[in-house]
Amino acid sequence: MDLEKFKVHGEPLIYGAMISIALATIGILVGLTYFKKWGYLWREWLTTVDHKKIGIMYILAALLMLFRGGVDALMMRLQTAAPEMKFLDAQHYNEVFTTHGLIMILFMAMPFIIGLMNVIIPLQIGARDVAFPRLNAVSFWLFFMGAMLLNISFVVGGSPDAGWSAYFPLASIEFSPTVGNNYYSLALQISGIGTLITGVNFIVTILKMRAPGMTLMKMPMFTWSVLITNIIIVFAFPVLTVALALMMFDRLFGSQFFTMANGGMDMLWANLFWVWGHPEVYIVILPAFGIYSEIIATFSKKNLYGYKSMVFSMVIISLLSFLVWAHHFYTMGQGVMVNSFFSITTMAIAVPTGVKIFNWLFTLRKGRITFTTPMLYTLAFIPIFTIGGVTGVMLAMASADYQYHNTMFLVAHFHYVLIPGAVFAVIAGFHYWFPKVFGFRLNERLGKHAFWWIIISFNVTFFPMFFLGLMGMTRRMYTYSEETGFGPLNMLSFVGALGLAIGFVILVYNIYWSTRYMPRDTTGDPWDARTLEWATPSPIPAYNFAIVPKVKSLDPFWESKQKNVPLYEDKITKIHLPNNTGKPFILGVIFFFLGFFLVFSMWIPAVVAGIGVLIMLGAMSFDRDEGFYVSAKEVEATEKKLRGETV
Amino acid sequence: MKIDASKPLEYSTEENSNKIFGFWVFLGAEIPLFATLFTVYFVMVDRFASGPSGAEIFEIGPVLISTFLLLTSSFTIGLAVHAMRLGYKKAMMFFMGITLLMGLGFIGIEIEEFLTYVHEGATLQTSGFLSSLFVLLGTHGAHVSFGFLWGVVIMIQLWRQGITPANANKTFIFSLFWHFLDVVWIFIFSFVYLKGLM
Ligand code: HEM
Ligand SMILES: [Cu+2]
Repeated sequence: MDLEKFKVHGEPLIYGAMISIALATIGILVGLTYFKKWGYLWREWLTTVDHKKIGIMYILAALLMLFRGGVDALMMRLQTAAPEMKFLDAQHYNEVFTTHGLIMILFMAMPFIIGLMNVIIPLQIGARDVAFPRLNAVSFWLFFMGAMLLNISFVVGGSPDAGWSAYFPLASIEFSPTVGNNYYSLALQISGIGTLITGVNFIVTILKMRAPGMTLMKMPMFTWSVLITNIIIVFAFPVLTVALALMMFDRLFGSQFFTMANGGMDMLWANLFWVWGHPEVYIVILPAFGIYSEIIATFSKKNLYGYKSMVFSMVIISLLSFLVWAHHFYTMGQGVMVNSFFSITTMAIAVPTGVKIFNWLFTLRKGRITFTTPMLYTLAFIPIFTIGGVTGVMLAMASADYQYHNTMFLVAHFHYVLIPGAVFAVIAGFHYWFPKVFGFRLNERLGKHAFWWIIISFNVTFFPMFFLGLMGMTRRMYTYSEETGFGPLNMLSFVGALGLAIGFVILVYNIYWSTRYMPRDTTGDPWDARTLEWATPSPIPAYNFAIVPKVKSLDPFWESKQKNVPLYEDKITKIHLPNNTGKPFILGVIFFFLGFFLVFSMWIPAVVAGIGVLIMLGAMSFDRDEGFYVSAKEVEATEKKLRGETV
Repeated sequence: MKIDASKPLEYSTEENSNKIFGFWVFLGAEIPLFATLFTVYFVMVDRFASGPSGAEIFEIGPVLISTFLLLTSSFTIGLAVHAMRLGYKKAMMFFMGITLLMGLGFIGIEIEEFLTYVHEGATLQTSGFLSSLFVLLGTHGAHVSFGFLWGVVIMIQLWRQGITPANANKTFIFSLFWHFLDVVWIFIFSFVYLKGLM
């Protein structure tokens, strides 16, 4: 075999990355062995089917990927901080902006949201688990292995380098001859299948497992947003599946889908990619809207203003999200009529979005507002996201977009939507729900420190990019000359990026500090909140609800506190739970190898791994999980202990 | 596990009815999957470069046989589910067996067809049209092959454990899958073969 193709050459940076990956891996292995934690890891995490633990693993993976994507971002900003920098060469700059985009969207924002959704949705609807707990584990491991596959590309064989949108013909074997874009097609495929399964699982969970009395119009807003998001997933991800498969066929088997000769059509890729890609943006942003809605209602001590119009506007947004894809390539020659159509649909999205913004503002109006860390992120989100939205409408005008297209103006725009729209939201949600999962709050003082660092630095980083774009600096440009005059603003942006890094360090330090020093919360409801998840004790026991609640209104927990009506009418009885299983993890590992072998066109091992996948699926079909029961006595004891009573 | 005797066996537990609903949602995802493949095919259908067009390579004979096999097998899987509802394990296994055999016949004809194309010099690499043809047919064929293996696994379980709620559930879901593949095939038959031959 040709070992050459596994190697990545040159650059001390790459060797540094290799060494640090190797050291970290050895460190983890040694640590696990030394502290005798292998059994614990296997029993409690790798084989778990508990939606809360799966959610925590999603979030941990997302934080790890935030670090990776953030380091990529810092490297890019350093490279462009001054004219003619020699930190990254053109090829590595290409690899870095490609993996940055991919990781941030697919392996950071999305899993973070899916993690929160895993932890919270069953609790918000008063259920004991998701509809298919084992399938949920399969989803997680497929996502995780896909993420790992993409991450090793940097040191084994080389990363994808044609941008996160991988336009053809650039991404074809002819113009991107390294294995990088093979990784792209396979890593995304594997994790995409996981996401699709998540979509099915949560649609069934939300539609079929709600507590008695919770009609659709009594669902919390976060649950609504997640339901709509998952419907988008189910309709959008199959398009990505096909697009990636065709890409794989083109690159590995020489088919002619996106080629320039023999009847291929390169624009077909751009269309397929964005038919999935634009809905994808809403997949990460709609749940964020849900998170903000919960936080605003809780910390204003008011019902969400305009509940029905909130739901309705999300439905409209989800429909429109499938009708705007061509706004990503107005300049690529599809003619006036097509551009006009997509221009109008794109601008139309601003209407339901505006409705939501006003609803949030009206919820705040005359509310008794408390400025907690999650609330601060929410309040910062509103104006910043609005800047993102307004610049979005500027880009939506097809004729004007000829000026902005593929400049730093665009880069500034989408960071102004994605960062407040997704990242601030998951951070806010993380602070908000943290006590539910772990039984103590994060420190508010450190939280606010981090907040101010992040908010200010965010604007310092990205606001200058609007001007850079208008001055004519194109995106994905690895360096520029002194005369362009781009230098100072880029330096400012680099300083901002450093500030963001400091903010994130404080945020992570806060997790460490709070774990050690924060007092335990025995109320289960530290924020005086409204929805069902706060009716459980913290940290949430494995079975979630000792008794399934009866829902009579929107915000049932708030009602029950205000009017002193009981949520629970039945007695505690024994509770049925599913058993753990190692099969989803093993399936994920086999998928990882299948992907890896295909990336390097190692056909025989790939066939073996493919058969392995089939065998595992067969084995899972034979599985007969009867689950087990937690006795009523045990449940009572757990409840008392978590509520701080002595047993 | 609570069993509700008023419902058919395959729906009798909450888990079972959730699984069936979940599978419908999954089929909801299969629709955009095949819709995308069809779209790609329609975009590519006239882009045969220097290779052959559909009219030059399609042969109606084998296609009719495979259509007949697949449509009939959709009928026999219906009979299997009917037998299941009546509790006739042997009849059920028999009809499922027939279904799978016809599925196997279908796959055989498809492989034969692909080999003929390749033999005539019409390969995946030849043209955009042929790439999209192979991938559209291949995806459907892969679904049928996967369905075949899945059906075998279910039959083993039926044979060992009889018609339990879990097995009834699996068989029913399998039948949904099989019918769905039939529907997709009808589209392929009409819009790929018949239209191509016209
Ligand atoms: C944390 C601070 C961040 C910084 C400093 C940063 C910086 C950058 C820069 C400088 C580029 C443009 C590279 C170029 O065109 O030369 C870029 C591209 C991009 N960023 Fe970020 N980014 C950050 C966070 C995020 C987040 C959170 C997301 C998504 C949720 C994201 C998504 C993207 C995408 C999709 C691209 C386009 C990649 C491509 O051109 O293929 N970024 N980022
Ligand atoms: Cu878009």
